Amino acid sequence: MLRTLASKATLTRSARRAFSTTARRTHTPLSALSTTPEFSNSVRQGTIPAFRLLGPDGALTDDAAAQSWVEKAKEVDGDKLKRMLEVMTMMPILDQILYSSQRQGRISFYMTAYGEEGTVVGSAAAWENDDEVFAQYREVGVLLWRGYPLSSLMAQVFSTKNDAATKGRQMPVHYGSREHHFHTISSPLGTQLPQAAGAAYALKRTPGRENSCVVCYAGEGATSEGDFHAALNMASVLGGPLVYVVRLLSLSRGVQNNGFAISTPVSQQYAGDGIAARGPGYGIDTVRVDGNDPLAVYLACKEARRRAVEGQKPVLVEAMTYRVGHHSTSDDSSAYRSPTAVESVKKLDSPLHRLRKYLESLPTPLWSTEHETKVKDTSKRAILKEFSKAEKDKKPPLGYMFGDVFAPRTGDGEASELERPQREQKEELKRLIEKWGETDGWKKELEKFDGGRAAVDKW
Amino acid sequence: MLAALRSSVSRTAPTSRQHARSLASSSRRTSPANSQTVVAQPPTVANSSLLRTDRAEALWTPGLRWQDEEQVGVGFPKGRQQDREIKETDLADVEAGGRATEKLNMYQAIRSALQIVMQKDPTSMVFGEDVSFGGVFRCTMGLADQYGSERVFNTPLTEQGIAGFGIGMAAMGHTAVAEMHRPKGGAIDLFSRWDRFADYISVSLTCGPQRLDTPLRLSISNSAKYRFRSGGMFDCGSLTFRSPCSAVGHGGLYHSQSPEAYFLQASGVKIVVPRSPIQAKGLLLGELESARTAYSQHALIRVIAAAIRDPNPVLFLEPKILYRSAIEQVPVSDYELPLGSAEVLQEGKDITIISYGPPLYTIETALHHMRHPSEDLQKLIPQDMRGLSVELIDLRTIVPYDIETVVKSVNKTGRCMIVHEAPSAGSVASELAAEIQQRCFLRLEAPVKRLTGWDTPFGLAYEKFYLPDQIRILDGIIETMRY
Repeated sequence: MLRTLASKATLTRSARRAFSTTARRTHTPLSALSTTPEFSNSVRQGTIPAFRLLGPDGALTDDAAAQSWVEKAKEVDGDKLKRMLEVMTMMPILDQILYSSQRQGRISFYMTAYGEEGTVVGSAAAWENDDEVFAQYREVGVLLWRGYPLSSLMAQVFSTKNDAATKGRQMPVHYGSREHHFHTISSPLGTQLPQAAGAAYALKRTPGRENSCVVCYAGEGATSEGDFHAALNMASVLGGPLVYVVRLLSLSRGVQNNGFAISTPVSQQYAGDGIAARGPGYGIDTVRVDGNDPLAVYLACKEARRRAVEGQKPVLVEAMTYRVGHHSTSDDSSAYRSPTAVESVKKLDSPLHRLRKYLESLPTPLWSTEHETKVKDTSKRAILKEFSKAEKDKKPPLGYMFGDVFAPRTGDGEASELERPQREQKEELKRLIEKWGETDGWKKELEKFDGGRAAVDKW
Repeated sequence: MLAALRSSVSRTAPTSRQHARSLASSSRRTSPANSQTVVAQPPTVANSSLLRTDRAEALWTPGLRWQDEEQVGVGFPKGRQQDREIKETDLADVEAGGRATEKLNMYQAIRSALQIVMQKDPTSMVFGEDVSFGGVFRCTMGLADQYGSERVFNTPLTEQGIAGFGIGMAAMGHTAVAEMHRPKGGAIDLFSRWDRFADYISVSLTCGPQRLDTPLRLSISNSAKYRFRSGGMFDCGSLTFRSPCSAVGHGGLYHSQSPEAYFLQASGVKIVVPRSPIQAKGLLLGELESARTAYSQHALIRVIAAAIRDPNPVLFLEPKILYRSAIEQVPVSDYELPLGSAEVLQEGKDITIISYGPPLYTIETALHHMRHPSEDLQKLIPQDMRGLSVELIDLRTIVPYDIETVVKSVNKTGRCMIVHEAPSAGSVASELAAEIQQRCFLRLEAPVKRLTGWDTPFGLAYEKFYLPDQIRILDGIIETMRY
């Protein structure tokens, strides 16, 4: 595994072969004939190598076979790379602040993206800003890349009255923004996968958006859900511009099979060659990329997007990465893996370190310690500012609890926009609050909501 | 509770107006159950008076509203609401400019609805297993030829995939009509004794509800929460799941289910069960051309988005036993029937019977036997019940159901029986019974009777004794009346 990662620093032969299949086939492909039954799978055939350009020290590969991709890497807009690293630098700061605030009980839940900054930001940079994103929950970097305001982010995490993404209805980190073409995250794993396929099909039929693409993220655990199979098969058969990015939480450097869904190591998640090995089975162009190399992620995703849009078909990108943090704030990962191993990964394989070293090493360095300090300071100040603002904010009006179950009723002269069950139950809650609203149990709670008791009286 | 009652009174008003019109217009018809005329043969779906086989009757369907271009434009309602209601001129001869109707069975009526949607809404798409060649129940016949394989297409055999796919399309503002069922190995055989056409050859034993088992159920629940969880920012309101449902005579465990109650708690998805071709077309159209937030920047989509009909995901359950057997005169034009409103099929004062889908026809038969008991039944049906005045209600929409019409009726009769094919535990009947005892407690003179399938899976050989048939319905009425 070491060997394959180190040597092939280009789109591999197997990946190229996969890329050549098309979404629209007119006949069943004939297979070659054999006079002996050959049982084979990708494991026996050797693993699919991961595309990598930057080594752990941030040096561009000098592999001769990789020349064309090295050229492409050199052509990448410097401002873009700089901005990538800025967003990547910001992410751990955000994570650290929100993670510890959860530990202090100031927010109910949080999920960090430690170790996956390169995959998320590297890919985000490869999309157009109006590409439709269906995310799982560890992709806040895409929103940050697209300029999602920190105030909105904090509003969601703290469930404040300003939380337009979920109106205080969903758990923290379930962001969403129509303006940023980021479809609201939901907890059930893998459900976004077939939805993205449907959105891609719709996009294919939307005049004026011929150059847009749908992007769908999933962690490797979600690929064990039936939805993954349904989605890839449907997307492949029906077409539509779509890039699936699977974050494979695995590290292939000396620590074997060390990725985790929560506590389940990949060895208990699948026995094949990761997720990339499945793509060709569905007739989907597939590439495996080193997720800790933001440059390789960016270029592979850019190429994947090009193929998806030009071919109006799905493309699968598997990014090998490692979840350095705990699964969530409800999880202590030291219970199932060694903290020493985690530390060694942090040092050896940091996507931040790699891109930083690369940018510093350019003829005109794009990064410096001073700039980094500045980015860190500015980010931290901005985050803390919005953090403390959101923390003081009221929750949304209590009435929001009943809204948006069904579409608002209009045009029939009804006083309420709600359907009957919700309308009646809201009235029942109003009655209860009129009667019991001054009791200790409820009074304090009611004050937390925007407009408090007075707003309920107006229902 | 008082507040709730007050609001229910205010909401009853339009419904009762519709009833008044329905009754006035149906005075020419022979009222099915309370008629004094001696009918030799008990009614079946073939000759049911619940079906509107006369053009004028069809045009007077309660709640029917036109949605024509000449009346309202595509998506832009001009003028006042009542302009869309039926006028006397609509009833004139077709040659004199009145509305045309055509004789259709239920699958043809569904096809007619789909055709209208495809024609008017360029974002609409019909897809599912085997819809391309016309569908195993013929509901999509010819649509692929007419509107192209990009808008009418087959999907791989994955219900959770179809559901998710539809959600994604709808989230992008496109109209998605997903069909859920597949043929069993493509087997073709003679249709059962339930079919009126003895020589009819059809693809048999196909069904949806077995496909509504998890994880598809989860997918549909997922669509229900789409709007709520995104603070109203995203929705999949332009999504419709069509699925055949209920017993077919020989469907066994997985071709007979009525899964509506599974979705009672998945707040956010509407559920509709039509009983006839007019209902099927009107209710389908009623929710298909739904309002949606114009996500796409494209002008065309915004035009359609202005057509306010039903902007929620809908699960449209089609009783497959009625696909061919129920035949009505169906208005040719684009019309809609309101969701969330029950229909009083027959007014009465002694007992309220609430049902939906195929059992309505069984009830009609039972009421015939009650009036004209055959020799074997005579000793079991008391004399004083022969002239029983029964109020029969077709619920039509299961979520959100029309409690106002139900409460009004039960408050009048004091007795109530709810009939459906699905099992009893956690069922629509249980839900209604609980609501009725809360709202009509002082008026109830007998416990609310739930007449449902048993709490067992649907055993093949036992269908006759599993379903609430006319005998059980007769017994239910007698027991409730005698309480």
